[in-house]
Parts: sequence; C-alpha cells; structure tokens
Amino acid sequence: MTSLVIAEHNNIALKDSTAKTVTAAVALGAPVHVLVAGQDAKAAADAAAKIAGVEKVLLAEGEAYKKMLAEAMEALILSLADKYDAILAPATTNGKNYMPRVAAKLDVAQISEIIKVVSADTFERPIYAGNAIQTVQAGAGKKVITVRTSTFKTAGDGGSAPVETVAAAADPGISKFVSEELSKSERPELTSAKIIISGGRGMQSGDNFHMLDKIADKLGAAVGASRAAVDAGFVPNDYQVGQTGKIVAPELYIAVGISGAIQHLAGMKDSKVIAAINKDEEAPIFQVADYGLVADLFKAVPEMEEELTKLGY
Amino acid sequence: MKVLVPVKRVIDYNVKVRVKADQTGVDLANVKMSMNPFDEISVEEAVRLKEKGKATEVVAVSIGPAQASETIRTALAMGADRGILVKTDAEVEPLAVAKILKAICEAEGPALVITGKQAIDDDSNQTGQMLAALLGWPQGTFAHKLDLEDGKAVIEREIDGGLQTVEVKTPAVMSVDLRLNEPRYASLPNIMKAKKKSIDEKSPADYGVDIAPKLKVLKVTEPPKRQAGVKVKTVAELLDKLKNEAGVLP
Repeated sequence: MTSLVIAEHNNIALKDSTAKTVTAAVALGAPVHVLVAGQDAKAAADAAAKIAGVEKVLLAEGEAYKKMLAEAMEALILSLADKYDAILAPATTNGKNYMPRVAAKLDVAQISEIIKVVSADTFERPIYAGNAIQTVQAGAGKKVITVRTSTFKTAGDGGSAPVETVAAAADPGISKFVSEELSKSERPELTSAKIIISGGRGMQSGDNFHMLDKIADKLGAAVGASRAAVDAGFVPNDYQVGQTGKIVAPELYIAVGISGAIQHLAGMKDSKVIAAINKDEEAPIFQVADYGLVADLFKAVPEMEEELTKLGY
Repeated sequence: MKVLVPVKRVIDYNVKVRVKADQTGVDLANVKMSMNPFDEISVEEAVRLKEKGKATEVVAVSIGPAQASETIRTALAMGADRGILVKTDAEVEPLAVAKILKAICEAEGPALVITGKQAIDDDSNQTGQMLAALLGWPQGTFAHKLDLEDGKAVIEREIDGGLQTVEVKTPAVMSVDLRLNEPRYASLPNIMKAKKKSIDEKSPADYGVDIAPKLKVLKVTEPPKRQAGVKVKTVAELLDKLKNEAGVLP
C-alpha cells in the first residue's frame, strides 16, 4: 500500500519539513503521495511534485485549509485515508494539532515524533525530553505518524509527480481562524537554518538580543533563545529552542549565556557542532559543547562581531 | 458551566530519569512523582475560570494507579471541587485515556475540557486532540490565552511562527502551553480542605473501555551521549576553530 505525507506550507511555498517527512515516508518502503491542503496553494503543490521520491501530489483547496484548522484537516485526511496504509506529517504545531484527531478516528495509536525508521512498522522516538529513546512497533491498522524533522535529511529535487485535485471534505463548521501574529524576520527559520545563535537568561534583556542579531546577519544565521529568556520576556515564544519549543539540528549552534538546562539540551543536542559562551565555567552547556569559551558575553559577543568583520563577513 | 481537567501522575520534572538495564523502560522505583507540569497550568486555568464566575464546578480526573489519587488531591488543593480516579496499574496509551475521558464527558457534560499539551513522560501530545475528535468537538491546542464567552471560546495559540487566534464553539477541548498562566501553590488551609473533598473511584471497565495497548514497546534505551569538547581561550581562537577545524562557518 501507499504512504501519504501531509505537506506543511504557507499556501505559497512548501516548508522544508515536508521534504524531510518525505524522507521518513520513503524509508517505510511504499510509494509516497503528498497531500497539499490549502487555499490557492497550487504553487506549493507544484513544489511538492518536484521532491524526489514523490509519486503523486493531491491538492485539496478550501478556506478552512488555509490555516490548517484541525477539525477540517481531520475530515479531509479521513476522506482520503482508505487508500493509504501509513499517514505521516511533520511534528510542527500544525501536524501535532490535526494528526491525533486522525489517529483517534481511525482507532489507532499515533506514533509521535519519530526520529528513526527501523523498519516499515518499527520506529524510534524520544521520551522524557529525549533522556530515553523508545523503540515501538505499530499494531494492526493504519500507521499515523508525526516526524521530528530535525533528524531526517531533506529529500532532494528531481521529481516530476502529477498533481491531482481532490475534493474538499465538508467543513465541520465548529472552529474558525480569527487572526495571526507572525514574527517577521529576514533571517532563515530556526528549524531550517544552517547556523543558529541563541541567547539565554544571561542576555539580561531583549535589547541585548540585538547583539546576536548582528552576528546572525553576518553569518546568515537564525536567532533562538532558551525557555528562560522567553519566560523573562526578552523575546517572543517562537524563538524558543527546547523540548517544549523548537527542536533544531543545525550545522552550528552557538549558545550564548545559556546554562544548558536539560529541557534546552533536548532541543539542540543533535546539532553537528555546538559552541558555547558562558561566564560560568561549571555551566552544563559545556558538557555538550564542542568548543567552549568561558567569558563575559557582553565582551565576547561584540568582539566576535569585530573579528567576523575582520575576517570579511 | 462545568470544566473537566485531566491530570497525570508522572516522574517529577526535576528528577533525572534512568533507563533500566534490561531496557524495559525507565526506573520508577523510589522516584519522586508529581503532577505533570502542563496539567498544573490546566488546573490553574480552570480554577481561575471558577473564581471569575465563568465556571461553576471544576472536576479533576486521573487515570492511573491508586497513588494517582494524590495527584487529584493536589488539584483539589489548588481549588478543584471534586475528583474522579479511574484506577488501573496498567500503562494506558493516549487513545485509551481519550476514550475513558469521552465516557466521563458524556456523563458529566462539561462545556470545556482543559488538558496539558503533553505529559512529560511519554511526550505524546495526543490526548486532548484525540478526545476532541472522539467527541466531535473543536479544539484549541497549545493555548497561550483563553477568552470564554457564551457558547464559544476564543483561544490564542502558540504556533511555529508566532501566535494564532481561533474561535471554537463550546463544548470544546483546550490544551495548554507554558505561558498561559503561572500555577499557584496550594496553601496549607486549602490542602486541609482538599482532604474533605470527594474522589470517586472507577475502573476502565466501568466505562466499557478496552485499555490494551496498540503499540508494542520493544525496548527503551539511553540516547547517544555527546562528549564535551575543548575549551578555547579567545573569541579569535573560537572563530578559527569553527572555520578551519570544524568547517561550519560559511
């Protein structure tokens, strides 16, 4: 049978998490279809058709799909579920919102945030904020899976799948989108950035985060934060890296003034290289950092900016 | 208007969990257990609704072993009115929890169920959404702010790019995120008062729910450990290593 990947997109462009979820789906061994549910989302569907390994793209259009309302997404996915043996979505706030509804209606367990496909029915997933790894085998019935995209590679381009329009399901009409306040940034998104520079409680204020912005602009990096910095009101919640925020795995993660609480480490310890700047030599962040600099960040960060300028960045 | 709050007994968030040598799970023996921190936020929100006169009764439900009654007592001490303990020593998966909660909702008729967005043990993040689907109710997950009005709830949600506001018809399920409120500590008089509040004891069979797991846990292992690297002395040295040794600077 076939696997269905639910695409993450903003109606115009496809999010990187879609191609990563395709990688997980391909590992199941069955042909992969992608569902793009949105409004005026043809461009996103065309982009999905180009992902290598995708056999067919389904495009469903409807107002309720524009913001992927969970109730409407549930109805749509269930209307298509018969033809599929596995349904996968990235573990974004969207995927986490609608997928358990689908699983419940199909009377199966959802397998949350897989980090590895062991075989077509066996998966690894983190529990206890990543302090233990559980290997689970799916039972009878369809598999409903969310994918922790930071641990899967982005599937390449080169596909040329057909795009087929499918009917929208009846909108249950019990929920509606009111408004959205999205952070505006010219920088890459945290979950797809190659370099991330994050600040913690040690930053002392939101204004001080501008020091990190300057470095980020030089390196083409995203700016993140620890939960402590978010809770202190320095930066908005969508900056948060950690178990309850975003899980990231960039090439380089620079932690500035972050002590390294377990819940933060759970969100970034799969980064390829970790650099840490902290004035406390005993900070737990140094136990996971490849390069540690014990220094006052208020001296080190401006110095880093100068040095980068010298190096031609 | 009644509010139902499911609460889960989990390993205290301050405890460093240890994986059992036989790989069957994590060691729960002699480990401090507490209410799931997200559920504390749920209880707090429900109690505030009652204090504002928007809710008439707050019912706390826990599904778990006999000791889960302590978790319910914590909710009662925070201000919940009564409790329901669905007693079982078995591991109960989110779907089975949702099925039991559905039966309780049908009996109790709450206008709002407030759950934590996930439990910090299995990190599933499913129960609230599953319950909403089984009941055919709408949901507002990862709630940052709640405005409860007649027949509807306006919920501001924490999403990947920022914040989103949705309006759902009640009855509805809401799952809470970290920044919805700051849970109170129960005062001593309230802890004493909670001892007199009632907790009904039930079993999954009372609700006709089969709790046999659908997933098979093959093993639980330690995650790969990251080794500490080197300390550098200067910013220049750090950048040099990042560029020339690690090759991660553009």
